Amino acid sequence: MSASVCTIPFEIAPYRLTGAVYGTLLNHRSALAELGSKAAQPPYNAPPRAPVLYIKPRNTLAASGDAVEIPAGVSELEVGPCLGLVIGRTACRVPEEGALHHVAGYLIVNDVSIPHDTFYRPSIRFKARDGFCPLGPAVVPRDAVVDPDALTLWTYVDGVLVQTASTADLVRSAARLLADVTEFMTLIPGDVLALGVAWPAPRVRAGQCVAIVADALGTLSNEFVLAAQ
Amino acid sequence: MRARVAFSGAIHTATPEGLPGRTEQLRLDDGRLVTGAEVVWLPPFEVGTIIALGLNYADHAKELKFNSQEEPLVFLKGPGSLQGHRGTTRRPAGVKFMHYECELAVVIGCRAKNVSRAAAMRHVAGYCIANDYAIRDYLENWYRPNLRVKNRDGGTVLGPWFVDASDVADPANLALRTHVNGQLTQQGNTRDLIFDIPCLIEYLSAFMTLAPGDVILTGTPEGVVNVMPGDEVACEIDGLGRLVNTIAADESFGR
Repeated sequence: MSASVCTIPFEIAPYRLTGAVYGTLLNHRSALAELGSKAAQPPYNAPPRAPVLYIKPRNTLAASGDAVEIPAGVSELEVGPCLGLVIGRTACRVPEEGALHHVAGYLIVNDVSIPHDTFYRPSIRFKARDGFCPLGPAVVPRDAVVDPDALTLWTYVDGVLVQTASTADLVRSAARLLADVTEFMTLIPGDVLALGVAWPAPRVRAGQCVAIVADALGTLSNEFVLAAQ
Repeated sequence: MRARVAFSGAIHTATPEGLPGRTEQLRLDDGRLVTGAEVVWLPPFEVGTIIALGLNYADHAKELKFNSQEEPLVFLKGPGSLQGHRGTTRRPAGVKFMHYECELAVVIGCRAKNVSRAAAMRHVAGYCIANDYAIRDYLENWYRPNLRVKNRDGGTVLGPWFVDASDVADPANLALRTHVNGQLTQQGNTRDLIFDIPCLIEYLSAFMTLAPGDVILTGTPEGVVNVMPGDEVACEIDGLGRLVNTIAADESFGR
């Protein structure tokens, strides 16, 4: 976890992140549509039923402005722009209706990955590398986002718009996802639940700068650099 | 060896009074002598990232029909799944196969980045017992093992003791066993790990910096069996003690 992520501006309770960040796989319709009939074939055999989650451990967390290192031998990384919910009230078995009352606020999450072509059992080294989860630039209070289910995220690489994605196209809305996730795991204040990345994920090379922009949430900006040998 | 317990409104460090590993009587850090039954046992250290291994014993891999691997099968668990000694873990109604997994947990003691196999053990603070529950009914073939199988509330049981690395003569030769209601169901030895502790630290630290409190659950040997509400599951590892957990039905959780 970078030092700066610990001081991410966060003016509302619970005032700080726990460091637990959960990502959601295939929760954007474009991502599921891209898989198409492959989802029903081996090795998957059936489209996902429950939310499919993964963990971005604390070593991956980074703040806006931190450089993201591209490991040696890798030419490009995938960036994963998504909306993150910051939990404000312990959420265990919350009903969909009113689920967002458990949310303190929102932030932008960039779920960075080494490109890989399997969802079956990918190695965590594709997603859990140091610095692979920039988030921020700040946690904005829930009330500052009028409709979290109609929020557009614009992603720019070196100033060029490369992706426009909306939370209106999620398979599970923020409230639905919170309900389905907290059926089996409790989230506590300061935990982050990222809602899912649209397909195709933009790719970046060393020397490029990624900026993800959303209304009310600000700009999450990170440069990608070659890892020091 | 030491525990973290809640007693009389505060959290304490506690050590066994009498023989090592016995949980009947504890000496709190403030000098009070209490019984193991009157405290709440917490995970015995401040837990950071929880890293778990799938199929890291040849016999268990065979049991689940897996072939040999080129790379450790690693998955991550979240802090919400943690629980201490003498806790209860819920078995939802209608589930067909819920099983425990007795595992050696390796606790990182100092920052580890690009650590060689030869230097790996210097980064280990100590050890404890882990019981890494799974409910196989929920297995889906997406990012296996999916969190609904492995990351349920109460599904990562740690304790009762944190044991300093210096007090474990050979972590590569520790017998593990699990008893369900007193009956032996699982046996193994850490000498049969496919990827041993130095190898795991070298592998992980090559792409993720490990920090104090991060913990590696090194996998489980064969002998995982279905457990039912009311069952007492006791995981033992030589020199680390005996970690007890009870399975409970929905009613105990207000469902």
